[in-house]
Amino acid sequence: MVDLSRSLEIAAATHTGMVRSHNEDTIGSDPGIGLAVLADGMGGYNAGEVASGIAVALVTKQTRELLSRLGAAQGDLSERQSIAADILNDAIAHANSSIFQAANSQPQYSGMGTTLVVALLSDNHINVAHVGDSRLYRLRGEELVQLTRDHSLLQEQIDSGMITKEMARGSQNKNLVTRAVGIEPAVEPEINSFEVREGDTYLLCSDGLNDMVEDDDIHLTLTSLQANLPLAANQLVQMANDNGGRDNVSVILVQVRKPFPASPGLLGRLKNWFGKNGD
Amino acid sequence: MAKLILSLDGMVLREFPLSKERTTIGRKPHNDVVIDNLAVSGEHAMIMTILNDSFLEDLGSTNGTLVNGQPIKKHFLQNNDVIELGKYKIKYHSEVVVAQPAQQDFEKTMVLRAPPLGAAAAPPAAANAPTAAATPASVASAPAPKSLRDTVVDPAQADSLVSTDVGGQAQPASALESQPAAQPQAAVAAAVAAPPAPKPAPAVAPSTVMATAAALAGGSAAVAMPAPAVQAPVAAPAATPATVGVIQILSGPSAGKELPLIKPLTTLGKPGVQVAVIARRPQGYFITHVEGSHFPVVNGRRLDAQAQALSDHDVIELAGVKMEFFLKPNA
Repeated sequence: MVDLSRSLEIAAATHTGMVRSHNEDTIGSDPGIGLAVLADGMGGYNAGEVASGIAVALVTKQTRELLSRLGAAQGDLSERQSIAADILNDAIAHANSSIFQAANSQPQYSGMGTTLVVALLSDNHINVAHVGDSRLYRLRGEELVQLTRDHSLLQEQIDSGMITKEMARGSQNKNLVTRAVGIEPAVEPEINSFEVREGDTYLLCSDGLNDMVEDDDIHLTLTSLQANLPLAANQLVQMANDNGGRDNVSVILVQVRKPFPASPGLLGRLKNWFGKNGD
Repeated sequence: MAKLILSLDGMVLREFPLSKERTTIGRKPHNDVVIDNLAVSGEHAMIMTILNDSFLEDLGSTNGTLVNGQPIKKHFLQNNDVIELGKYKIKYHSEVVVAQPAQQDFEKTMVLRAPPLGAAAAPPAAANAPTAAATPASVASAPAPKSLRDTVVDPAQADSLVSTDVGGQAQPASALESQPAAQPQAAVAAAVAAPPAPKPAPAVAPSTVMATAAALAGGSAAVAMPAPAVQAPVAAPAATPATVGVIQILSGPSAGKELPLIKPLTTLGKPGVQVAVIARRPQGYFITHVEGSHFPVVNGRRLDAQAQALSDHDVIELAGVKMEFFLKPNA
């Protein structure tokens, strides 16, 4: 397996915010395997923390296991990408059924669930899976792009042309997600893959950030502070709190220091060679 | 609940609660808001209400619809918007309640679920909730107008609004007392340590979820409660401060130059050599080291990795350049 810790720098910060009594967000990362996981839990009492905690722990554990079982990357690029998608699917399905079961077997956890955004970097690509309204942004050069689309009522209203993004800022329906992990026996994560470039900075965040801090200010922070990733992470959290901090706020920043192509094993190389000749 | 206040020449004629998903306005008697005036079309406009948001649409009226003086076709209504149809004015009042600690829970994230097998499964949940008579859940179950059905989220989905948030509150108090929740960490650890979960029985699951929805009738009611009025002050500085910070260069080729600190973050220095950032915060200006082996010096004292608050007339040395921070009245 390729160790990505030399290619990637990861910094993270999470905070309860200025209003809530609990932090129901959970974050986790492993630069070695190129993994970052962020979950924003929901549910009464402390159930939200439990749901997001299970999600991050299980997705991390499962991804690690599956990656080590697969060993060296095999197959061509599209095959390897579909393997990454399978790993994410499997890990999230695992977390989903665990949370769903806990919620249905223990009354104090009834109805708990969590949003989730997972980034798995491999082979010069970022594979992202998300459920709900936690997001992934990319800063490339001067351009900040949101790579995920929220699974929320508001996003559906924006998509249908009913309201504009600007109007959405004033909506009273900000907090309704249309998908979550652990609410139903099965969940369908949305999975996408993007090519990465050296110098890219990726931001995973809970809605506590993007509800409180405008995209322009997120952009300004990432461009000004990309030389100091931990400072950038803390600055984003601080801005959310300075603007009211009405929700828990969590961020994970992943910066691509060097490219990280897959190093195919002998078998993979042979297979590629035959594959090319066979076409 | 939001309401409309109909007036003519400053005289209030009537109030109409926005209790339905679709409220029609027009001259003909079948409308919810009837304005018997020839300047108003038979079917003039309608207001679509989804949970706490309302949208106004002109239905191709002859004389048009104005909102706050501007002609509109579709409009996302904001509190105190004034809708004009001919000489008649309708004020939209969203009647949101000021944030109270008890209500903060209701702003938390909730899941909007599609019913397991079409909308048929949903009515029991609403039926079991007598107090929820006027909740959006029941409102949304009214048939949606065909014309707009495609443009909004399927109303059937709103039927099964499951508020996962109020679960704790909806539970009988005794259940909470007799079963204190385990520490989250412990629970997480347990879940992680547990062998892979067997497949949940799909036949049982949906009904369980629906039962939860019914038990959470209080939850649907909670959803109906208007969200606190105080909107997140998105990225707006807490208040316009009376002063604005300025950096004046004291040495080097740009000596004398002034740099107003208007943005939330201003970087100073040379990238790759030494960079510091000044953050503009509600409580003042703070300088922090960003990169480089040398740290900035403020009033002769070298910074560490922590942010430092700047005071009027502090002198900063950075990348061989001296500069002064001062506050000046905001123009």
